[in-house]
Amino acid sequence: MALDRSDVEKIAHLARLQIADQDVQEYAENLTSILDLVDQMQAVDTSDVTPMAHPLDAVQRLRLDEVTEGNQRDHLQTVAPAVEAGLFQVPKVIE
Amino acid sequence: MFEKTLAELAQGLSSGEFSSVELTQAYLDRIKAEDGQLNSYISVTEEQALAQAEAADQARAAGEAGAFTGLPVAHKDIFCTQGVRTSCGSKMLDNFVSPYDATVIEKFNAAGAVMLGKTNMDEFAMGSSNESSFYGPSRNPWDKDRVPGGSSGGSAAAVAGRLAPAATGTDTGGSIRQPAALCGITGLKPTYGRVSRYGMIAFASSLDQGGPMTRTAEDAAMMMNVMAGFDQRDSTSLDREVPDYTLKLNESLAGLKIGLPKEFFSDDIDQEIAAQVQCAIKEFEALGATVKEISLPNTHLAIPAYYIIAPAEASSNLSRFDGVRYGYRCENPVDLEDLYKRSRGEGFGAEVQRRIMVGTYALSEGFYDAYYKKALQIRRLIQQDYVNALQEVDIIMGPTTPHPAFKLGEKTSDPVAMYMEDIFTISLNLAGMPGMSVPCGFAQGGLPVGLQMIGNYFAEERLLNAAHQFQQATDWHKQSPVNA
Repeated sequence: MALDRSDVEKIAHLARLQIADQDVQEYAENLTSILDLVDQMQAVDTSDVTPMAHPLDAVQRLRLDEVTEGNQRDHLQTVAPAVEAGLFQVPKVIE
Repeated sequence: MFEKTLAELAQGLSSGEFSSVELTQAYLDRIKAEDGQLNSYISVTEEQALAQAEAADQARAAGEAGAFTGLPVAHKDIFCTQGVRTSCGSKMLDNFVSPYDATVIEKFNAAGAVMLGKTNMDEFAMGSSNESSFYGPSRNPWDKDRVPGGSSGGSAAAVAGRLAPAATGTDTGGSIRQPAALCGITGLKPTYGRVSRYGMIAFASSLDQGGPMTRTAEDAAMMMNVMAGFDQRDSTSLDREVPDYTLKLNESLAGLKIGLPKEFFSDDIDQEIAAQVQCAIKEFEALGATVKEISLPNTHLAIPAYYIIAPAEASSNLSRFDGVRYGYRCENPVDLEDLYKRSRGEGFGAEVQRRIMVGTYALSEGFYDAYYKKALQIRRLIQQDYVNALQEVDIIMGPTTPHPAFKLGEKTSDPVAMYMEDIFTISLNLAGMPGMSVPCGFAQGGLPVGLQMIGNYFAEERLLNAAHQFQQATDWHKQSPVNA
């Protein structure tokens, strides 16, 4: 499966990654060689095999719907790039 | 002092030979003098370390010391540490001072341990050489032109270079075992779910597992006594009783059944590594073990399946880095999409971007069944290989890596060549069982060789017992790259 420049640009957009124009070709080659590597899987018939999500097939634990964490907004926002009045600031979204 | 194991240091502390403050200061001084060459630490936490050491000495004076009180350790910079930068080796988190502690860190704090600092690592734990770190590569103490392995390369270099008596690491595809092998130390990847992932920055959540990196198996057992255990805050943590890992170290290996997978002894591996591993197997036979050949027929599918599962989970996990809530934000974004794209494009390095893109592609519309589901099916086949083999034998053994430490820059231009270095370690993360690497000799020009030992789910005690007995009979683990 060979990826070209436009594939890489599309994937980078989906992943919200800004990639420099001069790097697109190298990414296309790298990603193609990685996909060639993983394509060895396609030779194996797995039609009867149950996909494995957890090594010990554990299931999601449930707990009572009770409050266990207090409000730590101000503490957790100390690491935010831009905050005002307890809100995260981003560029204007609505004109 | 720098050649002493954790167990010996614990003895020295309890007999009053030295205090935790003296021990900690000695290590801090040595780090200051020597780490310029190894670059094994991203942050050295001198002030906190001395305060913890003082508190440990006071606890001891008050008769409240436990087995780990006052012992210095280094933590991989993937574990969140409150009030201390937690970078994960990335520009994205260069400014991130964690507002909370990982469960593993809480446990070390509760045990009275002293944190010397945070160790260097491949960016977001993606790499096998430490070269993808934003802070520059750490170097192998045995040959400073060579890599220490990765992703826990800083932890391995620090322990081997005598800049920490022990360190934590994490292992998603071999990131504890491979650097342990390349640096000549002991590393244990526990059973998936044994050590809490809470506050351990996520790479591939179904594979990530924290564990100890030490001089000896006995020290790894001491570390496991602190690290292991169920955690409500980790949704895949397993609620099983935690044994005292030091209790069975001295059991005899008579009757131990060892399996050698023929797929791990192909012609592609370095012949000196193969020879050293065979010598180690002979040593186990002398200790009473029996050996038979086994097969793990789907071994060749491990890397292909891993390079879908790990990138897919990484692309999902790393979507949280958006330049809004924490971490790197680009300058002067024109709109929200520009903010996301440039913060991520500038904050992540090339290897992380590659893996995010592979994962994004594999999970994109129309490809899910062909890639992610297929990889999870292959994962089941690989697990079954191990389950079947471990019904016949107690421990599977082979080389940890196909080659000794390679030169810095040797494999950076070819990501797939770099991935192939993990051929013997990756399958175990897919299966979820525990595995160790212990030093078992030297190859070309004095580079360490690691013996990999794999056990069944929750068989950490048996692995540590076998490794300890091997280390009682050999002295490979005592070799030091430092002229102390």
